[in-house]
Amino acid sequence: MKFYRSHVLVSIDPASVAKGVHELIDALQDELVTQGLIGEVQVLETSQISEHPEGLEMVVYPEGVHYTGIQIDDVPYLVEEHFLKGRVVKRFLAKETKPSDEELGPPKSKEVRVVLRNCGQIDPENIEDYIIEDGYQALGKVLSEMTPEQVIEEVITSGLRGRGGAGFSTGRKWQFAKSAPGDVKYLICNADEGDPGAFMNRRVLESDPHSVIEGMVIAAYAIGCNQGYVYCRAEYPLAVKRLNTAIKQARAIGLFGNNILGSDFSFDLEVRIGAGAFVCGEETALMASIEGRRGEPRPRPPFPAIQGLWGKPTNINNVETYANIPQIISRGAAWFASMGTEKSKGTKTFAIAGDVNNTGLIEVPLGITLREVIYDVGGGIKNNKNFKAVQTGGPMGGCLPAQYLDMPVDYESLMSAGSIMGSGGMIVMDEDTCMVDIARFFMDFTQDESCGKCTPCRVGTRRILEILERICEGEGRESDIETLEMLCRQIKTTSLCGLGQGAPNPVESTLKHFRSEYEAHIREKRCPSKVCRKLIHYNIVDACTGCLVCARNCPVNAITGERRQLHVIDAELCIRCGICEQVCNFNAVEVWS
Amino acid sequence: MITNIKNGLDVSTVVQAAVSQHGATHEDLIPILLSVNEQLGYLPTEALSEISHSLRLAHSEIMAVASFYRMLSTEPRGKHVIQFCESAPCHVMGGRQVLRALQEELNLEPGQTSADGQWTLLEISCPGICGVGPVMMIDEDVYGNLVPERLSEILAKYRE
Repeated sequence: MKFYRSHVLVSIDPASVAKGVHELIDALQDELVTQGLIGEVQVLETSQISEHPEGLEMVVYPEGVHYTGIQIDDVPYLVEEHFLKGRVVKRFLAKETKPSDEELGPPKSKEVRVVLRNCGQIDPENIEDYIIEDGYQALGKVLSEMTPEQVIEEVITSGLRGRGGAGFSTGRKWQFAKSAPGDVKYLICNADEGDPGAFMNRRVLESDPHSVIEGMVIAAYAIGCNQGYVYCRAEYPLAVKRLNTAIKQARAIGLFGNNILGSDFSFDLEVRIGAGAFVCGEETALMASIEGRRGEPRPRPPFPAIQGLWGKPTNINNVETYANIPQIISRGAAWFASMGTEKSKGTKTFAIAGDVNNTGLIEVPLGITLREVIYDVGGGIKNNKNFKAVQTGGPMGGCLPAQYLDMPVDYESLMSAGSIMGSGGMIVMDEDTCMVDIARFFMDFTQDESCGKCTPCRVGTRRILEILERICEGEGRESDIETLEMLCRQIKTTSLCGLGQGAPNPVESTLKHFRSEYEAHIREKRCPSKVCRKLIHYNIVDACTGCLVCARNCPVNAITGERRQLHVIDAELCIRCGICEQVCNFNAVEVWS
Repeated sequence: MITNIKNGLDVSTVVQAAVSQHGATHEDLIPILLSVNEQLGYLPTEALSEISHSLRLAHSEIMAVASFYRMLSTEPRGKHVIQFCESAPCHVMGGRQVLRALQEELNLEPGQTSADGQWTLLEISCPGICGVGPVMMIDEDVYGNLVPERLSEILAKYRE
C-alpha cells in the first residue's frame, strides 16, 4: 500500500457538484503535480461534511483541518501554503458551528454512550460506515465461535434487562423462547415507541439501524428463529425508510437469507408498520396487529415465548435492548456489567423534556441519581425556577417530588418510589406546574388510548378522568380523594394489560406526594400553581398606568377604565384567557387564586 | 358533507393496486388499509367492501380494524389535515395555548372537519420530536417551537 503523508477529503454532494467541485478536484490534482506533491498528498472524495456549507469544502488529515469556501483560483496558494510550507490558511478555516442537532448534542459530562455511540457519527444509509465502527463483528464472532447456548449465557451474565420498561432479564427471556417446543419460532423487535416524550428508539433506528438489526440476528441465532419482524410505528416514517434501506444493504452482502456468513444459520427480517394505536406497544396487542387484527391485548399466560405470533413461540424485545447486544458480545459481558448497579446493569437512554435547559436525548449509566440527570446532564431548571417534580416512565409512570432527587435511577428504586423506568421518557416540571392538572392530563391520554377490551381500563380510566376534570373546574367534592384511591387500586389489580395496570400511576403518585394541592382544589377551590382556569382570576394592581392596551386586547371587553386611571377587570365577564397579562407592559396584571 | 374522494381516483383501481402490492392475506390488511387511506384521503365504504371481497374477510372484520387505528379514517377528511401533538412534553411547553389559538383561528374542535372541506383538526399521539415542542404537522410538514403568534402565518401557506 502506498503511503501518503496527507489526505484531502473533498465534500461531494449534489450542492457542491452544482458549485463545481469536480473542477476544484481537477485543479487541486493539477496543482499538486505542478508543485511536485502528487506522490505525497492524496485527494479523496467524501460525503457532505457540514450541514450548511458556505461554498466548497474539504478536510485535510492527519491535522483534521476543515477548509470551506474555496474557489478554483485559490488552489495554487492553498497548496503552496498548506502542503509545501505546512501553514494552515486561516482565511479558509471553517467557522466552528454550533451543533445543529437539537436532540442529541455532543456527550455531556456523566454521559456514557453505548447505544447512541454511532448516532450522528456514521451515515445510517451506508452499511460500510457501520462496518468500519466494528459493525457485524459480533455477528461474525457468534456464528463462527459461539454456540447458541453460549450466546444466551453471555447475555444472562451481562445482566441486560428489557429496555422497553418491564426490566425482565433479556437472556432468560431468550432461554424461554429457545426451550419452548416447536420448529417455527419468531423474533420481534418492538419499535412501537408510543410514550409521549420518548424518542430514543426513533433516534437509534434513524441513526444506527444496523446495530438493532445485528442484535436481532444474534438473538435469532441464539433462540433458533428464522423469521423476524420489526414493528415500527407509522409516526416514524424516516425510521421505517432507514430500516428498510439497512435491511436491503445487509441482505445484499449476505447478512440475511440462507447460510449467513457461510454458517448453516438462516434468517430474514421484515418491517411492519403500525397504524396509530398506543396499546400496540403491549406485546400481545403488537402481535395481533402484525397478524392484521385489532391491536387488542390478550391475557398472559401463555406468554409469547410459548405462544406468540400465529400461536408460535416468539421472542419480543425493545429496540434499545437489541442495540445493546452487539457490544455485549464483542466487548464482553463483564464490560457491560461493570456499568450500573447491582441489579440494573449497563446504560439507559432517556429523553428529557419539559422545563429543563437541555432537553433532548441522553445516555447515562444506570444508578446515576435523578439530580445528576436533571442538573448536571439536563442543565437544571429553565429560567432559574424551582424544581417541582419529574415524571418518569411515560404515561404509566409516576411523578416524583424533590425528596427523590438523590435516588439512584434503576428499575427497583423507581418502582419502590411509585414510578417505573418505562422506555425512558423523563418530563421535568417546574414550580408553575399544577399536579392535579398533570394527573388529569395523563388520564386524558390513557383513557383515550385504552383499547376498550377490558372494563376496568375502559370505564375506570374514564371515571378517574371525570373526577379530575371536576376537581380542576372547582367542582371537587370531599369524598373525591378516597374515590380516586379506590379506583386506582381496582384498575391496577384487575386490568388485562400493562396499559390499564399502569394507568393509575400518575394519579396515585400525585395523590401521595402532592395531596395538599388536591385538597386546595377541592376544599378551598384554589389552584396553588395558578393553572386551572376556573380557579384563578386576573386582577389589575396599582402599577397600572391606564394605557388601555389590555382593554383594547380583551376579547370579551371585560376591562373598563379611563385613560391614565386604574383599570378594572369584570370577573363575571372574564374568560381567563390571560391576554391582558401578556400584553401589559407594566406587570400590572396579576393572577390570583 | 364531503363525499369527494381525493384526486378523483377510482376506488377499485386504488384497492386492487394496494392488494397486489402488499398481498391478499389477513396479515396484509393493515398495510392495504394504510395505502388506500393515504391515496383516497379516507376509507370509503366501497373501498372496505372491495378489500373484504379481495381478502375474503368479513366486512365486519375489515371495519373492526379500520375503526381501531387512529391513522385510518372511515370519515372524509379535509384537504389539509392538521395533526396537533397534545402529549405531555408539548403540553408543558405551552402546547395548550397554541392549540386553543389554533381552534379559535379555524373555528374547529379537535376531530372536526371544516364545513368548506379545507381543514381537519386532529390531536395526535406523540410524534417523538419533543426537542422542538410544541409540535404540529400539517399534511406531511412538521412545525416545531410553536407559539400562537406564528399560527396565522403558517396556515396562510395552505390557504389559496
